[in-house]
Amino acid sequence: MVQNRPILDLVSHLVLIIGILIVALPIWITFVAATHDPLRMTQAPIPLLPGSYFWENFVTTLFGKGLSGAETAPVWRMLFNSLSMAMMIAIGKIAISLLSAFAIVYFKFPFRMGFFWLIFITLMLPVEVRILPTFEVVANLGMLNSYWGLSVPLIASATATFMFRQVFLTIPDEMLESSRIDGAKPLRFFWDILIPLSRTNIAALFVILFIYGWNQYLWPLLITTNSDMTTIVMSIKQMLESAEQQPEWNIIMMTALLAMIPPVFVVIAMQKLFVQGLTETDK
Amino acid sequence: MLKRVHFPTSPLPYFLVAPQVIITLIFFIWPATQAVYQSFLIEDAFGMSTEFVWFENFVYLATDEIYLDSFGRTIFFSICVAFLSMSLALILAGFADRVIKGTTTYRTLLIWPYAVAPVLAGALWVFMFNPTLGIFPYILEFLGVDWNHYLNGSQAMSLVIIAAAWKQIAYNFLFYLAAMQSIPRSLIDAAAIDGAGPIRRFFDHIFPMISPTTFFLLVINAVYAFFDTFGIIHAITQGGPANATSILVYKVYNDGFVGLDLGGSAAQSVILMFLVVAMTIVQFRYIERRVEY
Repeated sequence: MVQNRPILDLVSHLVLIIGILIVALPIWITFVAATHDPLRMTQAPIPLLPGSYFWENFVTTLFGKGLSGAETAPVWRMLFNSLSMAMMIAIGKIAISLLSAFAIVYFKFPFRMGFFWLIFITLMLPVEVRILPTFEVVANLGMLNSYWGLSVPLIASATATFMFRQVFLTIPDEMLESSRIDGAKPLRFFWDILIPLSRTNIAALFVILFIYGWNQYLWPLLITTNSDMTTIVMSIKQMLESAEQQPEWNIIMMTALLAMIPPVFVVIAMQKLFVQGLTETDK
Repeated sequence: MLKRVHFPTSPLPYFLVAPQVIITLIFFIWPATQAVYQSFLIEDAFGMSTEFVWFENFVYLATDEIYLDSFGRTIFFSICVAFLSMSLALILAGFADRVIKGTTTYRTLLIWPYAVAPVLAGALWVFMFNPTLGIFPYILEFLGVDWNHYLNGSQAMSLVIIAAAWKQIAYNFLFYLAAMQSIPRSLIDAAAIDGAGPIRRFFDHIFPMISPTTFFLLVINAVYAFFDTFGIIHAITQGGPANATSILVYKVYNDGFVGLDLGGSAAQSVILMFLVVAMTIVQFRYIERRVEY
């Protein structure tokens, strides 16, 4: 730093620590609520220090019937559904975007730009603004209450296609020239040159898309009516509703904790890829 | 756009774009055109007959006070969310940029709320502000504030704004910190030699240098507040009390799936589509002119 100002340094650390505490407060309260017994969670004020029921709540939530009164699938099943949906969305988006970016960058064919603009338009149609008609399409195709219905309508992505297009454009033309001299067919070039060269971009995008998929809410809420297909993120809302009659905050908050651990873990464990993915896709 | 060297003409590229194009046509283009078509229809309550009414749905919306209120509310909500989360993120990034040791640790501890789903963020905050149990109403009671966001509209609005802003701090912080760290050190050093103190340096040098980031974040935060906050609203207030927190996206859902007013909901969807198009254009025009100093 340009100047040595010990007091200002101290203030900086202090402000940052306060900031972290504010940001972390909701999670702390959630964690604490998940470690107490149901009786304690009905008395105001709620505790601020952890109790001793963490393991018990954990087992009840994960393998038990969840909330009494609410008819929900077991939580492990919801976690599995969420994981499947997130993986299908992330892998599906990456796969179809890689293919279409490859076609658009490396081939000259009629309607090339037409396809490009068609993909571009999807950027402007988030699921929130076209929910009703999209729901009708999925219902007509018989895809309600299925993993396909949960993931496929969300996997067309302009941002991923743009990102891969950008990556491919930075790969020197000599790569293609030399592999063509060596007699490589297009798919061989794609698989042996392009995929390995864009490996970190794929990983960074995967981190972002996994979080995107895991955190989907409105779409699963609409198309899953069967409780076996509910995802963990949507179950929170159902639990909040039943909490109005019979609050079991320890179970609700344990479920919330379980729902946020996988994406938070991904962000923290793969921070570098996460930051890269975030800055790349939002350009 | 296209490589100078490319593969010879073959039907292969059509197969390569096919998956994406087919999914786009079935799940994006077709529903969007359906939304436009339905926005010209009025269906009776039992779905027995539909009538083609041209722009009647739009005219109705333009004169509907509930809709216009919702529009104004959405703008108010977006401004508050953007201002709150961006200013907090700016303060934190400013200090994080200053400290020499521990920037990465601080970053790690500040960015993870990005990964929390909006509906979960809503659940956490609604628990902390639960009128009978929550920790904040308990504290507020000592200050003489009677907190009940189930009854009080402006308290409900404040709560959704806080929850939405909380979730977005991480994103804004990350971009602000990156912008500040890319400012050449020599510039800051020069300012310091000229006698500018840390506060002066921040307002006269750092803040103007990161103004492109501020503008970029403004657009991103507006898009976030308009479209990605459905989960927060649904978990905390469900648009209530008395529509006090019913923003546009929530209203499309509510009128379409709960109220079953297909034409009206479709017309609202079409208006939202225009809004997204406008925001996307602003975003892209800005990206093209994104100048580094």
